[in-house]
Amino acid sequence: MEFVLVSLLNGITYGMLLFMLSSGLTLIFSMMGVLNFAHASFYMLGAYFAYQVSVILGFWPALLVAPLLVGLCGVLIERYGLRNAHKYGHVAELLFTFGLSFLIEEIVRLVWGKAAVDYRIPEALNGTLFTLFSSNFPIYKGFMMLVSVGMLLALYALLTRTRTGLIVQAALSRPDMVEALGHNVPRIFMLVFGGGVALAALAGVIGGNAFITEPGMAAAVGTIVFVVVVVGGLGSLAGAFVASLLIGIVQTFAVGLNVSITDIAALFGVELQASGAMARLTLTQLAPILPYLFMVAILVFRPRGLMGARES
Amino acid sequence: MNCDASPPPLLHPRRLVSWGVLLAVLIVLPLLFSKGFALSLLCQIGIMVIFALSYNMLLGQTGLLSFGHAVYFGIGAFATMHTLNLLGKGGLPLPVTLLPLVGGLAGLLAGVLFGYVSTKRAGTAFAMISLGIGELVASASLMFPALFGGEGGISGNRVVGGAVLGISYGPQIEMYYLIVGWAFISMLAMYALTQTPLGCMANAVRDNPERVQFVGYDPQWVRFMMLVLSGGFAGIAGALSALNYEIVTAETLGAQTSGAVLMMAFVGGVGWFHGPIIGAVLITLLQIALSGLTKAWLFYFGLFFLCIVLYLPGGIASLLSMHQRLWKARLLGWVLPSYVRLALPLTLVACGLIGLVEMAYQRAEAAEIPLRLLGASIDVTLATPWLGALAALCGGLVLLRASWPAVTGAWRRALLRLESREET
Repeated sequence: MEFVLVSLLNGITYGMLLFMLSSGLTLIFSMMGVLNFAHASFYMLGAYFAYQVSVILGFWPALLVAPLLVGLCGVLIERYGLRNAHKYGHVAELLFTFGLSFLIEEIVRLVWGKAAVDYRIPEALNGTLFTLFSSNFPIYKGFMMLVSVGMLLALYALLTRTRTGLIVQAALSRPDMVEALGHNVPRIFMLVFGGGVALAALAGVIGGNAFITEPGMAAAVGTIVFVVVVVGGLGSLAGAFVASLLIGIVQTFAVGLNVSITDIAALFGVELQASGAMARLTLTQLAPILPYLFMVAILVFRPRGLMGARES
Repeated sequence: MNCDASPPPLLHPRRLVSWGVLLAVLIVLPLLFSKGFALSLLCQIGIMVIFALSYNMLLGQTGLLSFGHAVYFGIGAFATMHTLNLLGKGGLPLPVTLLPLVGGLAGLLAGVLFGYVSTKRAGTAFAMISLGIGELVASASLMFPALFGGEGGISGNRVVGGAVLGISYGPQIEMYYLIVGWAFISMLAMYALTQTPLGCMANAVRDNPERVQFVGYDPQWVRFMMLVLSGGFAGIAGALSALNYEIVTAETLGAQTSGAVLMMAFVGGVGWFHGPIIGAVLITLLQIALSGLTKAWLFYFGLFFLCIVLYLPGGIASLLSMHQRLWKARLLGWVLPSYVRLALPLTLVACGLIGLVEMAYQRAEAAEIPLRLLGASIDVTLATPWLGALAALCGGLVLLRASWPAVTGAWRRALLRLESREET
């Protein structure tokens, strides 16, 4: 019982962090049709900027300043890079962001060095929020959940309740019509790119000190975010939300469960000869590949993803 | 490569001559570069040429952008290594010369398995699925140490059994001729494939899958066939790399290898059959040259790739073919003088950029030691060198912007002239 509850809480926290990344990715994808390969790199930039700002100003200003700075970088990159690549089609755009992710990782190495930087949780958030049976639930995890839920609500309100959100939603499905009505669609694209990237940076600000801030962090989370987006259905925000939570929870449970394939088979009444390397694998060892297996399964049985609408 | 542009058939006399010349050059090359280092470099280039060409079967010919092509390369390599070790134990009567076939077969089978899943979708979704499958195989490979050797990889010895016809594959030169032989066969086969109905349908699927369905073909089937065949050729390349290095590690399967082959094909030019060959040669040489010169080579590499994506999306092959067209019309003299005006701005940009990057690296690694660059000693703790490099970079960019119209103007005049000549 204790294990289930604790893992569930941890899984939701991780899943919400994944959603902060995948929501920006989904917005950018459904608007511009371009999959931002460098999305996780902006997550990393968010963490590094937050580290740099928190050294000078402290953690709280960094929470606001770092995403804004990264968003500004995103706007500039869209305006002077991605928009030029757009002329040559989606493959060129995808390759541009691929090259960008490569370059950002090298720039981070160049400026902050190869080793992890000392980006820590602020004193005020260091401690235990509550104790569940015998496990402590840290304040910072609660804070992460608060920030991500707050962001989720703000994003929802922005998209459905404001005039800006209305135009963005319209530009998602009928860019030509919106342009004909006198809105500057390229500028909307630019702002959506900046906004999506800023969301990723916010995830980096609160995730960087909870995990570790090092040049490899983008690659570690990047592919998982793509899996989330494919599983949820390309271009579906609700799908991304469900898939983020699902993968977050599944992975957290898998890491904690130390049962082997043989044990699972026995549960279903199948006796396996526990001699092969396959049968001796535990779920903990399998955890890193579970999301990918999940993705393959979804593709075989439901190619458009959980909630995807389009069949491209 | 486009079927509608009616490419010269494979057996056209002019084609035969150029294939013959290529073969002759490949045979003579090691006589000119017989040093150990140059020879192993040539071997590496040969392997990468096959790999990049097999990649272009997907990206250039079928329009499938794959981020996980190393899977087939790696699986071919591991299968070959295991077969080689079986040969060493005397388990199989198979000459080493034919081992690349084993790798090709393994790549082909992997293509059948993963192609079934990934070719269900095209476009961006295919790109992401290939990335996911790449990650899946790469992380799964670390889970089965018996099969993939864990972190250390598995190694073998290619000198097994008796020498067949005096060839033991002990000396590197014999390995070179093995690679060249397989590379030549693979190149011919892949070129021939572009002229088959399947090759033409692949082009059609790339350009307009809907119309392909109208004429009665299944685009998914065409994508699947192309992926399987491309996996086979990647497997041959992997097999040759296993034989050449006598070690295969999990990195062979990983994202870095996939990224490298993507860059090779794209930088060379995916719209031309010979594009990936140019890319493979150039990138392999750059990797060797740059990684010896500077620690920041990956940065320059990424920047170079971005510049190609933004400013030369057809790759180097497109640049060459543009100039070839003018050369044939004897109009090359119209544009070449304008390039001279780019020399100063480009030098300034390069100096400024290299200065900044090298100083940044020095500052991050060891700020107290002065940086040695082009014979000069630079103290990176002072502000002056930073400002100087920044000024050179910005000045160069401004000058480049100012002198760019001269180049485009010269090109426009030359093309106008060419068109008016074609009309008369």
